[in-house]
Amino acid sequence: MIRDVAFGQFFPGKSIIHRVDPRAKIIMLTAFLIIIFCTFNYLSLLLVTLFTATFIALSGVPVKFYFKSLKVIVFIVLITSVLNMFYGTGDPIWEWGILKITLNGINRAIFITVRIICLILASSCLTFTTSPTDLTDALERLMKPLNKIHFPVHEIAMMMSLALRFVPTLLEETDKITQAQKARGADMESGNIFQRIKSFIPILIPLFVSAFRRAYDLATAMECRCYRGGNGRTRMKIIHMTKTDVISFCILGFIICGVVLCNIFVTAAI
Amino acid sequence: MEFISIDNISFSYSDSENSNLVKNAVDNFSLKIKKGEFIALLGHNGCGKSTVAKHLNAMLLPDSGKVYVDGDDTSDEDKTYDIRKKVGLVLQNPDNQLVASIVEEDVAFGPENLGVAPDVIRQRVDEALKTVDMYEYRTHAPYKLSGGQKQRVAIAGILAMQPQCIVLDEPTAMLDPNGRSEVMSTLLKLNKDKNMTVILITHYMEEAVLADRVIVMDEGRILIQGTPEEVFSQVELLKKHRLDVPQATELAYKLRGCGIKTGKIPLNDEDCVKMLEEVLK
Amino acid sequence: MSNILELKNLSYIYGEGTPFEKCAVSNISLEIKKGEFIGIIGHTGSGKSTLVQMLNGLIKPSGGQVIFDGADIWENPKEIRRIRFKVGMVFQYPEYQLFEETVYKDISFGPSNMGKSGAELDQAVKAAALFTGLKEELLYKSPFDLSGGEKRRAAIAGVIAMDPEVLVLDEPTAGLDPMGRDVLLSQIVQYHKERKNTVLLVSHSMEDIARVADRIIVMNNSEAVMYDETKEVFSKGRELEKIGLRVPQITKIMLKLKEKGYDVADGILNVDDALAQIFSLLKKEGKI
Repeated sequence: MIRDVAFGQFFPGKSIIHRVDPRAKIIMLTAFLIIIFCTFNYLSLLLVTLFTATFIALSGVPVKFYFKSLKVIVFIVLITSVLNMFYGTGDPIWEWGILKITLNGINRAIFITVRIICLILASSCLTFTTSPTDLTDALERLMKPLNKIHFPVHEIAMMMSLALRFVPTLLEETDKITQAQKARGADMESGNIFQRIKSFIPILIPLFVSAFRRAYDLATAMECRCYRGGNGRTRMKIIHMTKTDVISFCILGFIICGVVLCNIFVTAAI
Repeated sequence: MEFISIDNISFSYSDSENSNLVKNAVDNFSLKIKKGEFIALLGHNGCGKSTVAKHLNAMLLPDSGKVYVDGDDTSDEDKTYDIRKKVGLVLQNPDNQLVASIVEEDVAFGPENLGVAPDVIRQRVDEALKTVDMYEYRTHAPYKLSGGQKQRVAIAGILAMQPQCIVLDEPTAMLDPNGRSEVMSTLLKLNKDKNMTVILITHYMEEAVLADRVIVMDEGRILIQGTPEEVFSQVELLKKHRLDVPQATELAYKLRGCGIKTGKIPLNDEDCVKMLEEVLK
Repeated sequence: MSNILELKNLSYIYGEGTPFEKCAVSNISLEIKKGEFIGIIGHTGSGKSTLVQMLNGLIKPSGGQVIFDGADIWENPKEIRRIRFKVGMVFQYPEYQLFEETVYKDISFGPSNMGKSGAELDQAVKAAALFTGLKEELLYKSPFDLSGGEKRRAAIAGVIAMDPEVLVLDEPTAGLDPMGRDVLLSQIVQYHKERKNTVLLVSHSMEDIARVADRIIVMNNSEAVMYDETKEVFSKGRELEKIGLRVPQITKIMLKLKEKGYDVADGILNVDDALAQIFSLLKKEGKI
């Protein structure tokens, strides 16, 4: 079912990664993602992989959920790595018509696979350990400077957190509507692709109608609770940078230095 | 002096598709509500109860007539947020009024909008959650709670704004009996212990009999009002409008109809048993 | 009379094999006769919903059998859709499933999935609308333009139109006002009388159940703890209270009276019966 998708879920906990300031986590993830794509030799790739593994271990979230989040992208990873294999330069090891595989191509394929996996795992580590509210809150605070160029930061953050809040509610609703239509004999398992798409209409329309009804109610409820946009609004939770954050920034610094040094002293594999 | 005063209001919804079709949802309606009162508002769907509720916190403004909350006119735009702070409104569907993915963050939403200082919000949130008996659930996700629990969180969200009056539009309609009694006992506690003014819209007679004053609406007007005893003793009139009467009351009414003296009309099972013992003695 | 439904050691376990494993229905065996009106009561989470969804194969049991008209419904899993036409299921708040352009089309969704068409379909739709008291002119409106009560009826008509042999209703009156509840319940009773089929009603309203059910299944902690005639079940008021259920107010009043030593019958279900009991007491004591 749809609920089995682990990507984007949050697992409450008290691990060191849970306790890091969500803003720091976002900044670090961004930096780490850039670093992942700056790995050009096996030593730096190993470094990045090791750190990803450390994050996973520290997060205290069961490893099987990380594997679940990978399941979604297995297909993409396979395709990109196979394609990369044929795009290498240098002397071919194996040739068949216009298709040729080179050592460089194999290296490329390995790099792209490991990079994508690290990217997904690191991102999952962020979403698994940070509550959606904290995440949107942190994004709102980080993007605050954009307010100056009249970018609606607060509104976008509010929309994101409301959307996240209603994901489980609407999933549950989808289940209910599906069962109700099946009870009326809706057939979603047989027929060709067009018939199958058509068979989702009895689920999608009620779902949209219900989403609009909920949105209307929600707007009323928010108005009743004196909501009037971001101006003059305070927050209950204030986030301060703590020692944990400083330490984690230092660790990130080490990774960056490590990768940079590797790139200088070790010859590139791709 | 009364806390809320509704003076001769009328209100119509305009039908967007058919501009001629305009319905008098509330028709020349007046009502005074004292501080600390517990009022139950009854009536069929479409009788204008919800429209009245939305007039109490300036969500709707009357076409004619005035609504005063604590002396302030609801049509005065400068006072809108003052009024919404004083009169909180809880809606029917608990799922659709919770805004955050964590209970305590949802409760904080109101005071955050009012610009209250962070440490004060924390204090108010904890207090509100304790009042509705949901403190131990403060870090839970709302969608995992039962209906009654969600509705109590919604009430806490209103309480955190420190209102003087709480209006609830059929808060128990979607709940099971346990959820309903959880919400009712929370409301009674608020009314008795904190002197909160409560206006409860409901279809359940067993909830209405617990109020200080019962108001029955029909076609945008007040049909009857008075203490629960006064209202529910008019069994004939209520039945004519196809409203429920507690079975205890109905039994006493039928006994009376057969010429048996029953004394005070009973509203619940205990009083009814007492009455029957008197009759059979 | 013959059994329309037979449950044999029926069980359902959620999330089997995961740490979240939870038993929702445990080892239920019971029989429902053709033409009975069965009430199902139990507090939220007692397994009622899971139980009824197994009756038409929406949920596949983890153990045990559901036998419809003599045959196991899962005998041929590919044919499970047919069972859904024979055991019609109206979910809670069924108005949220409406989706077609007109009420007429929406009601015909079920019967046309069965393969009905033309005059046969038209007749099924109109008969269903009649049972639920939907006026003919409403049939050509969009279901989204109806009032709350009318939407509810349109959705119920959508299941009745399949002419199921067993009709299961999960809290059909939830959220309606007293008049709406009263009218809808009368229509269901009327439908049961005329079509003479089996009806299962899940409800939290003991007054409603007392009014309509022949027999009651009481669910608690995923088990069917009682299954007996309405009168018998409600005469066990104290036992029901122990598992967090109530009895109708009038039943409770008479129960308390009996506990005080008055000679009244058990399981009084409505005000008129209570009145008759009190009169006979008064007569016995020579007061009237």
